Amino acid sequence: MSKDTIVAHTISVLVANEPGILARVVGLFSGRGYNIESLTVAETNAKESQSRITIVTKGTPMIIEQIKAQLDRLVPVYRVRDLTVEGPHIERELALVKVKGVGEKRVEALRLADVFRAKVIDAKSDSFVFEVTGNTDKVQTFIGLMEALGLVDVVRTGIVAMSRGGEAL
Amino acid sequence: MTKPEESATTGADLLVKALIDEEVEVVFGYPGGAVLPIYDSLFKQNRLRHILVRHEQAAVHAAEGYARSTGKVGVVLVTSGPGATNAVTGLTDALMDSIPIVCLTGQVPTHLIGNDAFQEADTTGITRPCTKHNYLVKSVSDLARSVHEAFYVARSGRPGPVVIDLPKDVLMNKHEYVPPPKVAVTHKSYRPQIKPDPKKIEQAVEMMAAAKRPVFYAGGGVINSGPKASKLLTQLVHLTGFPVTNTLMGLGAFPASDKQFLGMLGMHGTYEANLAMHGCDVMINIGARFDDRITGNLSKFSPGSKKIHADIDPSSINKNVHVDLAIVGDATAVLEEMIKLWKARQPKVDQKALKAWWAEIETWRARNCLAYKPNKQVIKPQYALERLYHHIKDKDHYITTEVGQHQMWAAQFLKFEQPNRWMTSGGLGTMGYGFPAALGVQIAHPEALVIDVAGEASILMNIQELSTAAQYRLPVKIFVLNNHYMGMVRQWQELLHGGRYSESYSESLPDFVKVAEAFGAKGLRCEDPAKLDDTIKEMIDLKHPVIVDVIVDEKENCFPMIPSGAAHNEMLLGPEDRQSTTVSEEGMVLV
Repeated sequence: MSKDTIVAHTISVLVANEPGILARVVGLFSGRGYNIESLTVAETNAKESQSRITIVTKGTPMIIEQIKAQLDRLVPVYRVRDLTVEGPHIERELALVKVKGVGEKRVEALRLADVFRAKVIDAKSDSFVFEVTGNTDKVQTFIGLMEALGLVDVVRTGIVAMSRGGEAL
Repeated sequence: MTKPEESATTGADLLVKALIDEEVEVVFGYPGGAVLPIYDSLFKQNRLRHILVRHEQAAVHAAEGYARSTGKVGVVLVTSGPGATNAVTGLTDALMDSIPIVCLTGQVPTHLIGNDAFQEADTTGITRPCTKHNYLVKSVSDLARSVHEAFYVARSGRPGPVVIDLPKDVLMNKHEYVPPPKVAVTHKSYRPQIKPDPKKIEQAVEMMAAAKRPVFYAGGGVINSGPKASKLLTQLVHLTGFPVTNTLMGLGAFPASDKQFLGMLGMHGTYEANLAMHGCDVMINIGARFDDRITGNLSKFSPGSKKIHADIDPSSINKNVHVDLAIVGDATAVLEEMIKLWKARQPKVDQKALKAWWAEIETWRARNCLAYKPNKQVIKPQYALERLYHHIKDKDHYITTEVGQHQMWAAQFLKFEQPNRWMTSGGLGTMGYGFPAALGVQIAHPEALVIDVAGEASILMNIQELSTAAQYRLPVKIFVLNNHYMGMVRQWQELLHGGRYSESYSESLPDFVKVAEAFGAKGLRCEDPAKLDDTIKEMIDLKHPVIVDVIVDEKENCFPMIPSGAAHNEMLLGPEDRQSTTVSEEGMVLV
């Protein structure tokens, strides 16, 4: 891989859940001109007051190294792991997809939802809200298909990711 | 005094107690509404000395000077809102140059935070990118612990500034004191790596032993690691017989008078240092960060070398320059391990190659790149500094600088034999740094000769501190190289912008002698090279703060110079060189 190739990496960051921590992480990216493709955060260990942030970012290998080193340098950061390089991992995201339509389009939307194992979590006589989970590719494809069938609204969580196997972060 | 719960004290008293327990002796500050409880606590004790500055920016610079000349943490106390925002430049400066600072900022009471209250600013928000870490203390029960943690964070690892934002109600509420932890506890998430990986040290020693054209490149990390690191660096350099160059921040880490010293490297570094960097086959970087002032054009930087980089901050490694061997660790520990292994292995260095390398270096040295044309009519700035150094070199002295041509000349012409003697704003390049920094140095070293080498433009950026100098009778000397221009701006306009001196002339300058007198300091002026020695002697003998207005050649430029976008072997040695080189378009956009 050339040193100028832009690659996407999924990075897991274990942080102390304290005020301003998200601002520190996000400010680091904007201040140093790094990209954020997706970012998710929530408390994962209430007892230790720890949160886990999953960031998908893009850059040259040297930039990715910098991003990890800069994240690790933040005082409230426990650990930084690059899931993309540290062996196999799984990524999931969840989307809520609102589709409005009647007749054949409505039926087709429902049929496709079934194919994608999307759940109907709200229904009106002329609309559905689907919940679809999977990797980014699958979610993207599903949303793309809904466009022709009366897509009115989408909300996505961004990627959460974890390594395969029995090891903790 | 009434007798409430015996052990409970107000937040402000707790704070003062915590500072004393952290062995703080001096606080540089400026009062205001939000910090009145702290000032009240300070009033009731006599362990902590408070130095009243005249602008909050100066408080931080003074604390930086104090910290850098002592190795201790510098402490700042400012009020909320404008007090905190004025401190931002100093905090950024301390972050860029890795200076340990704890800055206490007042804040409006917790119930008013977010209400746009009088003198409210989002201090933790504003200072997040310009501090190593910051705290907003929302409860008095967290106060003492936060202070102890702040000192630990500021001084450990790669040092830096830490802000503690203190709402007024937190300062008034009562709680029991929590002393600092007796044994060094590990922070839950922040754990700087001090000890280097022994395998890396082994590899480094092998690379060094195989080198034919080696060079040590040492920076501020050696100074920050403590005086021991400088001793170890000197020992290792002597042991190996390799040449060594220092960065601007590293001056003093290796004795300037030593034969193995090549001088400073970088944009205004010496010919021999830069060419040694360009031509070396093994580069050993200890505590420097491949800053753009050092590397010049990155794609042409030291093309044929294997690079070893030891740094306490992993994010400094492979940031600008890809290195072949990265060692994470504190400079003292790294150097100690390298020396130990070098001595144990007794490696056979290719002495013939090393001798040839030194011979080549000597030819570069013989170019005498710092030479300038002496003049009997007008004082050359270089001459002024040479004479200054002549008169101070046997005295216990400390030098600070402002930013610009005078700073680079000071770095070139003053020689530093020891660490912690040279205070300059390297990373941020803050005009107005030197004078308040000198005040901080003088507070820490009351008997020493402290000199701020300044320009007439820079000194005006914190001139109000003359009042501080007068109040505390701080005999700081301000040695102004007055060329009536923002000299470095003028130099760049001459070299890069066709001599269009847009706004760089120092119009309507004050009479610095009268300025000094107005503040209760002494003012001297010198325009005649023949009288310069006498003026400098008079300055040294005066037991007052002094401004010396040295009128120097207006058109003198600072050489050698690596123009923006150029490589180390494309440096300009003097005015004669400049016609032959045009700065590339790529170089023009660089600063």
